[in-house]
Amino acid sequence: MAHGGGGKWMHQLLEEIFLPAFGSSLEEPHDSTVLEKLNGRPAFTTDSYVVRPIIFPGGDIGSMAVHGTVNDLAMSGARPLYLSAGFILEEGLPIATLRQIVQSMREAALRCGARIVTGDTKVVEKLHGDGMFISTSGIGVVEHPLVISPRSIRPGDAVLVSGDLGRHGMAIMSVREGLNFETTIESDSAPVWDMVSKLIAAGAEIHCLRDLTRGGLSSALNEIAGAAKARIVLQEDSIPVRDDVRAACEILGLDQLYVACEGRFVAFVAPENAPLALEIMRSHPSGIDAAQIGEVSENLRPVVVLKNTLGAKRILDMPSGEQLPRIC
Amino acid sequence: MKYLDEYRDATLAKKIAAEIHRVTTRPWTIMEICGGQTHAILRFGLDELLPRHISLIHGPGCPVCVTPLEIIEQALNIASREDVIFCSFGDMLRVPGCETDLLAVKARGGNVKIVYSPLDAVSIAEQNPNQEVVFFAVGFETTAPATAMAVLSASQKRLRNFSLLVSHVLVPPAMEALLSSPDCRVQGFLAAGHVCAVMGCEEYLPIANKYHVPIVVTGFEPLDILQGVLMCVKQLETGRAEVENQYARAVTQQGNQIAQRLLREIFCVVPRKWRGFGEIPRSGLGFREAYAPFDAGKKFNVAHNRVNEPAECQSGLILQGRLKPAGCPAFGNRCTPEHPLGALMVSSEGACAAYYRYRGHEENSFAKSS
Repeated sequence: MAHGGGGKWMHQLLEEIFLPAFGSSLEEPHDSTVLEKLNGRPAFTTDSYVVRPIIFPGGDIGSMAVHGTVNDLAMSGARPLYLSAGFILEEGLPIATLRQIVQSMREAALRCGARIVTGDTKVVEKLHGDGMFISTSGIGVVEHPLVISPRSIRPGDAVLVSGDLGRHGMAIMSVREGLNFETTIESDSAPVWDMVSKLIAAGAEIHCLRDLTRGGLSSALNEIAGAAKARIVLQEDSIPVRDDVRAACEILGLDQLYVACEGRFVAFVAPENAPLALEIMRSHPSGIDAAQIGEVSENLRPVVVLKNTLGAKRILDMPSGEQLPRIC
Repeated sequence: MKYLDEYRDATLAKKIAAEIHRVTTRPWTIMEICGGQTHAILRFGLDELLPRHISLIHGPGCPVCVTPLEIIEQALNIASREDVIFCSFGDMLRVPGCETDLLAVKARGGNVKIVYSPLDAVSIAEQNPNQEVVFFAVGFETTAPATAMAVLSASQKRLRNFSLLVSHVLVPPAMEALLSSPDCRVQGFLAAGHVCAVMGCEEYLPIANKYHVPIVVTGFEPLDILQGVLMCVKQLETGRAEVENQYARAVTQQGNQIAQRLLREIFCVVPRKWRGFGEIPRSGLGFREAYAPFDAGKKFNVAHNRVNEPAECQSGLILQGRLKPAGCPAFGNRCTPEHPLGALMVSSEGACAAYYRYRGHEENSFAKSS
């Protein structure tokens, strides 16, 4: 990859890599794409993706950039339709790597039923980027009457998670820091719309959804508790975390409840719908470990409380910055 | 998970707690030495399982917390140099100096790296022969052998661009400093299991005898700690003052003798300043003359930097077990993990961090009473 100011070289990049991958919608290059009329309330979101290394066990920056934005749409109950993709590439990035990542984006978008309809590429000088940054925006459509938002949360709501926690963060950390464990922890990066759409179709009374990314479960629940002015009480031993992730967290002195996921969400549902919602989640290939982890209690003040098996309670606080590995 | 869940078994924990209730007839004050134990106590709510009149007070065993401000300042000074790659364990990065911390030095472009082992810093020195690589060696007897190993390795490799800012400290002298204070409340100790895994149990015998205080070498999981408390209470109730080993799965009487030999080869015992205690004689490790070229304090001429602790931070009283974190007027308002007055609020083993994190800062008014 060379640093250039556009022209023929950039055109060649488009012809050889982006057009074949992203297909028909980019075939008539124009300054913007005109979309079909939407059949419902439109949802719109944007996010930027930076991750080192750009290819990691269980995924890469490309699939992550698609899943992340599609998942943000899904959290409003919106079916993903269209994506944009902006690339900042660092000079020296191997073309083969770019090709691999673009291909991975294509496959991820196909799997989610979304189309990448517009994009942009810039190349920055060496040492001015971390290999590759990707920004994606997404448009989706809400085709049901549910208001999926923190303000819909009620005391008594069941709090569910869609699968085991912390795999993405530990996968990245183990590669980045060269930590060798007996097993390779793979990222949980995945689209969640399919599972969410099944919950909606089954008529589950969903009050709020939130995907678990940076800051993990703790961050997401603290944000929701604050926005909904809700007290959320969790049962620690019902929170699904795989043994390899727990072991890695124990060794490094990290709390798994603060570790990032990329394909997991929490759902607040009416208590009578919790068994149905869990059954739908668990019948999904990525939701085998889905579980009810707690409930919303009568509001005293917004806080997330964790009860352990010994019956003791503790506050699950908002993380203050990145977790740092400890001394001993 | 194997080797972990067994030691967190709720039924067994309640059984041991019931036994503690059964044997306790009087109020007792027990200090757990290690910050890892403090965090486990608060994380699992173990103090809530104990009889009301057993008071657990939190000891000075957090390596980050007891590192004096002047060493932090020396570290910041070295880390800010352009020719230096400064390597540190992760939880030193948020520890506040007088004006800044290592994370801020890194954000301003300083080359500060988090390492998991001092040997990683040796590798970095090998890979960067034109840069000075400095490892920030803090910790008790637990981490000191790994530091000694790094010095030995760098010495064998004849690395001239590798040095260490050493602030290693020793547990027994701090226990003596606590016990010889006239207002000492401690009646029994849970000694730090990992320190004893290296050093063994024998060096605690003279302390138990001289001050007539029971010392139970204790692990870090809920069952370890509860069992340690039970053993300590039984000694107190029967008037014994012995060194007992609860953590026998990791600690032997003699300790790890290879590690001890290595420590003696590289380091000698020196007086060391502790945050909250001031200077304690024979309480730290310093380089032997033969390894003095690895002393970053001398190499970068920062060893003479002297600063005093800020007055508002009560870490001295907390590290000596004379004040509980929530009893500090600054706790949770002028001192938070985002804006700490002292290391205890940011270290993963700090008592203030444990209270803030696990007990919250508004909800648990009960935590305010010490």
